[in-house]
Amino acid sequence: MSSEEIKLIVDGKRLDGRRFEDLRPIKMKVGVLKRADGSCYLEMGKNKVVAAVFGPREVHPRHLADPTKAVVRYRYNMAPFSVEERKRPGPDRRSVEISKVSREAIEATVMKELFPRSGIDIFVEVLQADAGSRTACLNASSVALVDAGVPMKGMISSVAVAKVDDVLVVDPMKEEDNYGQADIPFAFFIRNDRIESIALLQMDGRVSRDEFVKALEMAKRGAMKIYEMQKEAIKTRYIIESGEEVNEVE
Amino acid sequence: MASRPIVLPGELLASNPKVAGSGTYIENGKVYAKFLGLLDRTDTSVRVIPLKGKYIPSVGDVVIGVVREVTANGWVVDINSPYQGFLPVSENPEMRPNKKPNDVLDIDDVIIGKVMNIDPKMKVTLTMKDRMCRAVRFGRIIGINPARVPRVIGKKGSMIKMFKTELGVQIVVGKNGLIWVSGDRRKVNIVEESIYIIESEAHTDGLTDRITEFVKRKKGELNEQ
Repeated sequence: MSSEEIKLIVDGKRLDGRRFEDLRPIKMKVGVLKRADGSCYLEMGKNKVVAAVFGPREVHPRHLADPTKAVVRYRYNMAPFSVEERKRPGPDRRSVEISKVSREAIEATVMKELFPRSGIDIFVEVLQADAGSRTACLNASSVALVDAGVPMKGMISSVAVAKVDDVLVVDPMKEEDNYGQADIPFAFFIRNDRIESIALLQMDGRVSRDEFVKALEMAKRGAMKIYEMQKEAIKTRYIIESGEEVNEVE
Repeated sequence: MASRPIVLPGELLASNPKVAGSGTYIENGKVYAKFLGLLDRTDTSVRVIPLKGKYIPSVGDVVIGVVREVTANGWVVDINSPYQGFLPVSENPEMRPNKKPNDVLDIDDVIIGKVMNIDPKMKVTLTMKDRMCRAVRFGRIIGINPARVPRVIGKKGSMIKMFKTELGVQIVVGKNGLIWVSGDRRKVNIVEESIYIIESEAHTDGLTDRITEFVKRKKGELNEQ
């Protein structure tokens, strides 16, 4: 991977014209799946993901159930057509790892101890991938969990920071991810408009200590913007519902 | 309803733990919302009314369930919840010493039962020793979102009372979101339609009046035919 061949930063702007701290355009739709208890469709730049939440419900197979708390299961899956070269369907090393770390991030907010012997299943399908799909999936599943009415301490918002051409940029797209020097996905546990803790942190490539501190600050600001959009998406869905009701009253 | 804003999980509701009601949790002396719902704030309490969610059994609830399995000492009952209910032989008054559990209730039979006990591991025990309880062998079961059940019951049972007096149907509302209705088929149709309206328009003002109007209109149409 040589960053010399492709210039990723031109005139202080990124390839798609964004400034360093800009996110890609985000679109969210809540409650898109009828059969799921909660669901969310999310676009983050060229990423397109759908999250579905089922539960709390009985755990199958039965022996997985925990008598003291609910088990959370998270499945991150990429569709064969989500990338340019056909991806072999089914779980692979990468998606199993992403599922594990994402599940642990989600577990930080879900109040599992309220539902002993039950399970909460989260399925996230990547329909189109363009770098940072795990952050998009986490954002979508957090919204889907709220939509399902699952008791939670707060919400999860996630964004990545990358180092390309020696500068830090928020929410990298595919070119920046592929030819960059480092990629650091973050997920934060946010409660009452405040970041309480880091729920996920991975790093691919390397950055200096100072750069890391700066990256964290940039990610926090990015995550807060996403958090506002997540809140907005959920409220829009439920206010529209009651809006219709008001019309029928008249 | 402007007086009841939507709250999301983790929203700070109060900084006095004494006012914490249902749908909230306390951490470091502060009260936060536990799930998505409508905020109901009074002088002495804050609570969050859920908009969605599964039925979680609590002792004394009347529930409608489907028998899923017959065992030597009772029945395993699906109560539309993450937890299955168990109805012991001793808690079914229809049981006679010379009968086997199989002869009394079989798989797929529907019962109206009451939650008798829940142990800390969420093993739910049901009973049928109550005036309301019985095996259901006729009528219709209507399923709704369990979070909307209080609206179907109405204030002090006003909605149910209205259905009974206006249409003369029998109706039992299970806390788990299943409702049993029995009576004239066309009248049951009206009830079913009304219940779906209640489900989709819960949390609006004057619901009982609107439903009463709806039922009266439908009843009028029925009599014209």
